[in-house]
Order: sequence, then structure tokens, then C-alpha cells
Amino acid sequence: MKKIDKDSLLGLWLTGDLNLTDRLYTDPLPHPEETEKYQPGHDRKTAVRVTRCFQRVYTVCAALLCMVFAAVMLLTVANLPPYGADDAPTVNEVAERYVEKGTEETGAVNTVAGMILDYRAFDTLGESFVLFTAMCAVTVLMNLRGKHRRLRVETETVDYHADPIVRTMCKFVIPVILVFGIYILLNGHLSPGGGFSGGAILASAFIIFAMVWGEERASRTIRVPVIKGVTLCALGFYALSKTYSFFTGANHLHSIISPGVPGRILSAGLILPLNVAVGFVVCCTMYSFYMYFRRGEL
Amino acid sequence: MSFVQNYPFFSIVLSLLCAVVSFVVPARWGKRLTYFLLCASLYMQAHLLVFCTAGHVSFSYMMGHYPAPWGNEIAAGIIEPLMALVFVIVILLSVSGGGKYIESDIAGGKQNLYWVMVDLAHVALMALCYTNDIFTGYVFIEICTIASCALLCIRESGRTLIASVRYMVFALIGSGLFLIGVIYTYAITGHLLFPQLYETIQALWAEGTYRFAMTAAIGLMTAGLAIKSGLFPFHFWMPDTYGRATPASSGILSGVVSKGYIFLLIKIIYRVIGAEIFAASGVQTVLLLFGIAGMVAGSVSAILSRRITTMVAFSSAAQIGYVFMGLGMGGQAALLAVFFQIFAHALTKPMLFLASRDLSEASGGHQEFRHLRGAAHRDPAAGIAFTAGALSMVGVPIFAGFIPKLYFAAASFNMGWRTWAVLLALAVSTVLNVLYFLYTAMVIWMPNAPEQREYRVHRDDRGIWAIVVFIVFNLAVGLGSAGITTLLTQGFDLFCK
Repeated sequence: MKKIDKDSLLGLWLTGDLNLTDRLYTDPLPHPEETEKYQPGHDRKTAVRVTRCFQRVYTVCAALLCMVFAAVMLLTVANLPPYGADDAPTVNEVAERYVEKGTEETGAVNTVAGMILDYRAFDTLGESFVLFTAMCAVTVLMNLRGKHRRLRVETETVDYHADPIVRTMCKFVIPVILVFGIYILLNGHLSPGGGFSGGAILASAFIIFAMVWGEERASRTIRVPVIKGVTLCALGFYALSKTYSFFTGANHLHSIISPGVPGRILSAGLILPLNVAVGFVVCCTMYSFYMYFRRGEL
Repeated sequence: MSFVQNYPFFSIVLSLLCAVVSFVVPARWGKRLTYFLLCASLYMQAHLLVFCTAGHVSFSYMMGHYPAPWGNEIAAGIIEPLMALVFVIVILLSVSGGGKYIESDIAGGKQNLYWVMVDLAHVALMALCYTNDIFTGYVFIEICTIASCALLCIRESGRTLIASVRYMVFALIGSGLFLIGVIYTYAITGHLLFPQLYETIQALWAEGTYRFAMTAAIGLMTAGLAIKSGLFPFHFWMPDTYGRATPASSGILSGVVSKGYIFLLIKIIYRVIGAEIFAASGVQTVLLLFGIAGMVAGSVSAILSRRITTMVAFSSAAQIGYVFMGLGMGGQAALLAVFFQIFAHALTKPMLFLASRDLSEASGGHQEFRHLRGAAHRDPAAGIAFTAGALSMVGVPIFAGFIPKLYFAAASFNMGWRTWAVLLALAVSTVLNVLYFLYTAMVIWMPNAPEQREYRVHRDDRGIWAIVVFIVFNLAVGLGSAGITTLLTQGFDLFCK
């Protein structure tokens, strides 16, 4: 490529020697970075030596700090009251009421469910929104739909679907897991379990389905609007029903929610539907984590 | 019970609902919902503040049917709605001022998630302001952490991903330490609600039992919240976090999220531990020293930085140092200065981030100082905003930043060696502040060559009113400090035990 300045270009044009098929170019405007180039202050060797020295000191300091921290933590634990002792400070009027009056006041035979979904329901409302926040954050980070589709890495996968043993077993196992998960959800107020564990079990069934029958098939079966809709309904119901409960409680109004007869399946007021709502949220969150890490989209 | 007393709870629940609905609707509806939420919340906090001030009342609000030691509670006096009001104003101004960059920085398919995250950050901050239960505090710290990481990494460039991983690591270390502190506190007191914790801790400290564990718990909770808000030497995540995010996120993260953690710490110090025990535990002195170190180290890093956003971010580290120095001084006079510092920083830093992004857009997208020569002539509005912010941060009278410096100095007398430490730190830090803000102001106002002045870009004027309002608020806090002082003093009567 020829480099021609303005005057000679004019000369060429006047003499008729200008060949327009040549690709001509003029100097581009100098980029600011070229005019004042960045000059490192020190030479490279000194910089490397200083960095290495600093890293060595840093490692030693970090190790010392960790040891000091570990020692302080151990000393603190030694200073704490013994776990589970009769005279421990945690055995006070708070725990006493939870254990002795829990079933009567909340209607839940499972005291833990009564504590997290009735006595301290606001914390649990927050916790289920932590899951929702995490789900949205993972969507922000991992969603490869649209322009990032080309970034997707093809991973080597085992084709479980071709394996007759795995496929057949999963056909039997998935419904059983689902039923077990629903049982855990619905019995949360009567027996150990509840929304968080039941939701995790439900999600594991869907994840097995996605692993064996393939993520694309799972995406076609469990569609994005369904997941979004379930999350919306579950969290919306949770927030609205607890709004009613908190509002009536704080304003000392009569609440139509009654604990019912402890031990029955339809008892414990809001605890049963709230367990179901929490379970759905947990299920959607875990399933969408799996799909985002595996496939990059729901 | 007055209906107004429901407002803290309403603002929390309303923003939870808005977050969930924004998740499923298109981005433009998410945006409208967020603006509706912020305006409604603004009204509710303002109304509650008027209610509490007029009646000089503080109250606790039962979340459910079970009273204090058994159920959850939120509480409000004068300080809580005031802080909440400032937080809402700053979020609203940040998103409306940085709205044009939200559209250009964030991929279309993810914009509705941005509004979800703004709603969730709002709910977390409201809950941190109003909570009367230490575990509720922890739960909403988690929401705040995850939402702020998402607000940062939603701008998809390689560097923001690195920045958000770094931020996440620091924030999680902070959450972890705080949680361990909460567990220790629960193990030795058996309570989670602030009033019961306060009584039990006072009794335990007087008896002398579990004193080591109590000190460790206080130290861990303080350290956790200090790391999350970026106290020296944990401020190295700041330049990337604040500098690489979209300006609205930078404003929210630096202006209010870090202040949310600090306000929770103030609540823990004054309503859970008690100021005397906090001072006696020795953690207070440690905070003072680290705060002073942060003031100097942040300013030095700011002087050494080559990029405008890095400089502004490191100056945040210095300003956070002021806050912790004030907490380390102890006493109501210093606490007053801390609140002024929080207000001044919250109202100035988002404006500086917005203005520096405008200036860099006017300089072909470059952020290095050598490209910013004369940028203020190319974008006068941003130049004026940056200069006003710089004057405020340096502490020039009539701007908001002057008041805390004055009050810190006034509060420092009769404190033994602390007096000299604080006065010296204030002097050194102010000189350093002047150095880097004056340098930046000179760079943006003094072009090398006349053509740098004339080259103008087509300025996108959307959101300029937010910058104007920021400047007005800065002047209002600077000029109307007497009224705010009266309000805060009245609030301390209800707030401090």
C-alpha cells in the first residue's frame, strides 16, 4: 500500500497519473495513547523482585493471622456454655414456650415448623427471598440465551437415556421421589420435614429427569413461564398471606386463621400452605441452578 | 395504634411483592413498578418521620401474633425513618440519574432483573433500618449482599465479573464473621431480639461471666460489618466494584448499601451491646485506629490512581474511614458527626460517580486522567456536578461535607491521646483530599489545547434533574445543619439506651 500525502495527491491528480484502483490512505489522527506513551517507573527486574518479596511476606502474614484467628475462635468456644446443658442460657423462657406451648398456639405438632413459620415467620419470609435473590443472581450471571449462545461449551455427556437399566429405573424412581417430596411438604407441620427439605426432594426428581432424558427435553417439558409462574404464585402467596397475619397481629385485630386440631392434616393455620409455597420456591431455585450451570438457560 | 406505624412493614412487603412481579413482567413494567415502589416508600418514610418527630415517639411493631422474646419485631424511632428516607432518596436519584446508562450498559433480556435487584436492595436496606432482631438483620444482610453482587455483575464486561467475584468473596467473609458473632451472642444470652439482648448483656457484663466470648462476639460482628462496608485494610475491592459497575449501581452500592451495614452496626453498638460495654471491650479503640488508617490509606491510594472512577472509589474508602473513626471515638457528639458523614457521603458519592461517567463519555469513553483534559468544557453539567461533589468531599463550608468534619473536630476534645490522633488525622486527610480532588478539578477544567474545549458531544440530558437535586441536597444539608442536628439529637434520646 502506498502512502501519499495531500500535496503529492493533488500533483498526481493534476498530471493525470492518479490511479484510483490503488488503495490510498492518509495518516489517521494520532491516538492519545501513542502521543504520550505509558512509561513504567521501574525496570522489570526490580518489579518482579519486589512482587516476589511481597508475596512471601504476605503468605507468612496470612498464615500467622489465620493461626491467631483459629486460636481466638477455639478459646471463645472453650468459654461458651456447654452445648445442651440444663443451665445453658439458651434454655430460657423463649425455648420453654416454643416447646411447651408451641403445639397449642400454632397447631403444629412439629415444633420446628411452628417456630420458623409462625413464631419467627418474618425471618423465614426473608430466607425464602434469599433463595429468590440467588435465583435471579444466577440468572444474571449464567443465562446464555441470545447473543451468548455461541459461548456455550459442548461438554462430554454420558448418554444415560440409551442405558436400558438407568432409563427404566428412573421411570420408576422419579414418581416415587415426587410422591415422597409431596408427602414431606404436606406433612411438614406433623412430622420432621417441611418446605425446605420437601422442595429439595422435588427438585432432585426434576434434576434426575433432566440428567437422563437430556436438558433440552427437560426445557421443553418444564417451560420457563411455568417456572416463573410457580415462583410468582408461591412467593406472592407467601408475602400476601403473611402480610395479613402480621397486620392483624401487630394491630391486635381478630385473625380468621386458627390453629385447628393439632395432628390433623388440615390444621396449623397457615403453616401447611406456607410449607407448600416454600417448597415450590426451593424446588424452582434448585432446578434452575442445575439448568443454568448445565445448559446455560432454563 | 396509629395506621402510620404500619408503614415500615408496608414498605418492606410492598417491595418484596414488586420484586416478585418485576421478575415476570417485561423490563419497562419492572422499571415503572420500581419507580412506583420508590416513590411510595419515600412518602411512607417521610410520613413516619413526621409522625415520630411530632409525637417524639418510638415504637416496636410485632411481626405476627407473638410478643417480644418469642416473635420477630421491627422498631422505629426518629433515626430509623430518617435513615430510611435518605436511603430511598439516594436510590431514587441514582436510578433516575443513571437510567440512560442502565439502558446502554445492560443487555435487553436482563433489564427486568436489574429492577428486581433494585427492589431487593431496597427491601434489604429498609429491613436493616427497621429491624429489632439480630437474626432478621443477618437474613437481610444476605439479601443485600447477593443483590449488590448482581447489581454489579449485570453489566457484562470481563472486568465487572472479576470485580463481582472479589466483592462477593469479601462480602461473604464479612457475612460469615457476622453470623459467627451472632451465634456466640445467642449461645451466651439465649435471645435474638435487641431489647432482651441488651438487658442480658448488661447483666452478664456486670457479673463478669462469659466476658471473653462476649468480647469475641462483639469483635466478630463489628469486623464482619466493617469488612462489608470497606474499612481499611479491606477496601481493595472498592475501585473495581464501584468503578466498573453501571453508574446507578455504583451510586447504590457506595451511597447506601455500605451505609446500611454501618447503620446496622450503629444499632448493634447502641441498642444491643450498649455504648459503655462497647468502649470497655476494646473494640472501639481498634475501630478508631483502623478508621484513621483508612482515612489516610484511602486518600493515598486515590492520589496514586490514574483513572477517575478509581480515584472516586478510593475516596469512598477514606470517607468510610471517617465514619469508623467517629464510631471509635464514642459518645453522642461523635455519633452526630457520624450521621452527618453518612448523609454527606450518601448524597455526594452517587453524584460523583454519575458525573465521572458523564465526563468519560464526553472524552470518548476514556477514564484515565490524561484523556479527561478539559472534559468539563465538553460536558458543563457533569463538570459542575463533579466540582460541587469534590468541594463537598473536601469539606468546604456551605457544602454537606463540611459539617461532619467540624463536628468530628468538636467532638474530639477532652479525650486524651485520642484528641491528638483525631485532629491530626482530620488535618492530614483534608490535605490529601484537597490534593486529589483539586488535581481532578484542574484536569477537567483546564484543557491542554483550545480545541479540547470546543469539541462537544451530543449530551444525553435525561436524568440531569437527579444531578441538580443531588447538588441541592448537598447545599441543604450544608446550610440547614442546625435543623438536622436538632432532629438527630431528639432521635438519640429515643435511639440510645
